[in-house]
Amino acid sequence: MNNKVPNNRAWLLVLPMLVLVAFSAIIPLMTVVNYSVQDVLGPNARFFTGTEWFESMLNDSALQAAFLRQISFSLIILAIQIPLGIGIALIMPKRGWQASAVLILITLPLLIPWNVVGSIWQIFTRGDIGLMGWGLRELGVDYNITRNAGDAWVTIVLMDVWHWTPLVAMLCYSGLRSIPEAYYQAARIDRASKWAVFRYIQLPKLTNVLVIAVLLRFMHSFMIYAEPFVLTGGGPGSATTFLSQSLTTMAVGQQDLGPSAAFSLIYFLVILLVSWVFYTTIMHMQKDKHPHGGA
Amino acid sequence: MSYQLENTQRGEKYTTIFSKVTPAQRRNRNARSRWRANCLLGLYLILMILPIYWLINMSLQTNSEILGSMTLWPQNLTFDNYIGIFTNSSWYMGYVNSMLYVAMNMLITICVALPAAYAFSRFTFIGDKHLFFWLLTNLMAPPAVFLLPYFQLYYSVGLFDTHIAVALAHCLFNIPLAIWILEGFMSSVPKEIDETAYIDGYSFPRFFVKIFIPMIRSGIGVTLFFLFMFSWVELLLARTLTATNAQPIGMIMTRTSTASGIDWGTLAAAGVLTIIPGILVVYFVRNHIAKGFALGRT
Amino acid sequence: MSWMVWTMPTAIFFSSIAAMLAGMTIWEILSPTIERKGFLPISTTRGDRLFIGLLSAAFIHLGVIGFTSLSIWIALAVSAIWLLVLMRWG
Repeated sequence: MNNKVPNNRAWLLVLPMLVLVAFSAIIPLMTVVNYSVQDVLGPNARFFTGTEWFESMLNDSALQAAFLRQISFSLIILAIQIPLGIGIALIMPKRGWQASAVLILITLPLLIPWNVVGSIWQIFTRGDIGLMGWGLRELGVDYNITRNAGDAWVTIVLMDVWHWTPLVAMLCYSGLRSIPEAYYQAARIDRASKWAVFRYIQLPKLTNVLVIAVLLRFMHSFMIYAEPFVLTGGGPGSATTFLSQSLTTMAVGQQDLGPSAAFSLIYFLVILLVSWVFYTTIMHMQKDKHPHGGA
Repeated sequence: MSYQLENTQRGEKYTTIFSKVTPAQRRNRNARSRWRANCLLGLYLILMILPIYWLINMSLQTNSEILGSMTLWPQNLTFDNYIGIFTNSSWYMGYVNSMLYVAMNMLITICVALPAAYAFSRFTFIGDKHLFFWLLTNLMAPPAVFLLPYFQLYYSVGLFDTHIAVALAHCLFNIPLAIWILEGFMSSVPKEIDETAYIDGYSFPRFFVKIFIPMIRSGIGVTLFFLFMFSWVELLLARTLTATNAQPIGMIMTRTSTASGIDWGTLAAAGVLTIIPGILVVYFVRNHIAKGFALGRT
Repeated sequence: MSWMVWTMPTAIFFSSIAAMLAGMTIWEILSPTIERKGFLPISTTRGDRLFIGLLSAAFIHLGVIGFTSLSIWIALAVSAIWLLVLMRWG
């Protein structure tokens, strides 16, 4: 593998990017920290409140419920999307025009603006004008996402699976494509069963992309906002209100700068912890494989 | 490499027990399982397309037909919804606005990400690993966290309600993503190429533009695809940073719901039109996309 | 800058973070770190240990603020000791 050269002048190459990202990330983050310890009423009226907002946010039962809801949602969609994505990648055609056609079709949901995804499913699941809502009603299922919390949950999970399984499938597909044909030939000569080929050739090659897939899917599901907001508006009641939506309602809707800033920081720290654990795991896996490579 | 060969050998030990079948039986079974796989794939694709089909179906109907009776395809085909959008500047400007800030974002991001990714793929420097991790955390930070100060920040520098404001805001997650993808592609280019070029008397900028960038062309294509994708689909930041002049199409779509009910036909037509740029982009990069999704590191 | 609503405690907080980063950089130039394995399950460099220390300090503070009635200074003291332990033996 590549042996990297120690060179601190490389900082010059990184600098333009650093300035831009710092402008978009560090200044706002500092401001959030400043907000979180004050009660900002107006440009000239603000009071230092110390840790009060953090205390009330950590003990807010609505937010705790939203947090638990968020975690269960993320775990559910991971449990569905990862195996489903692997399955689809395994049965996708490998070459010819079919491969291109299937690729284009499969990526389609990824390129739809998130609020349009919400609209598509809102239309699709309505009892009066939507194919799915109407179809289920005709079959005698009492299906109503605005009244029944269970229906709303199932629909949101279904929507997310529809929207994001393609990403997992694409990642796995590209992982599978990088396996040299010689491995499969060797397996054929050994008369390996399909399961053995999967378990001992394909799965090991997939681990790397799967970690990326789990990381991306966990993070994106943890900040899901537009889709459920358009589809259910967080309801019925607060059955499908996730963290980003609680935060946005508090920050933009009610203009509670202090509490929502404290909430933002807690949210951000949780994300930071999870992404650090994932990142460290990825890096150690790569280090075990190629002791000299990796970023 | 060695760990995989080892795995195949281990695999062989387990499988010889199960594979007491003749070649003919095996061929037969392979054809059958291929057929079954195609059926499953077809089923998935149909289920995947259905919601989109329904959107297209509704966009070609009048509101009275949509609300009147259940029709699986348009009975009285009409393009009025599309004509309505294309003849109303407040509607089609939404598309222009979205495209403008997406294009600006792609340009800015690729220009600063290319040298940075090169630095990460070729050199070690003080704090490189931590810098890389910090970048990734920005990829994962929920935009909702930054919502409050963004408005203030862009307002105070006088960029509120401009396209460049949204383009800069989207850099928050697009630059880290671009560096992540490009770094993978660059690391797969042998270092000897750099060294040979320097020996041949190339300066760094000339080598970078003339030799290196053409070598990772497909990587750049895939990166641009991802940049387009994430900037195009994002709404929360774009909505917060704009009012009228640079409003994205996603925000204008909310106008279809008025006091007298929702204008379903127009909403559906606007939705269909947001999908089309994505299809075009994915068509152009279809040959690189499978490779790019592995982010260069399989 | 006024829209950033700075206060003295947050200014001190960010200055000390910046000072820590600067200090770590200088230390790194004077004597480059060597990756080693302490009581943590992974091998770490100095910078890694500082990050782990700061992140856990944040969670210690949140825990003390949210779920106990202890003073925040206790959380700060515990975090500082934990950070030192981590830097030395982690």
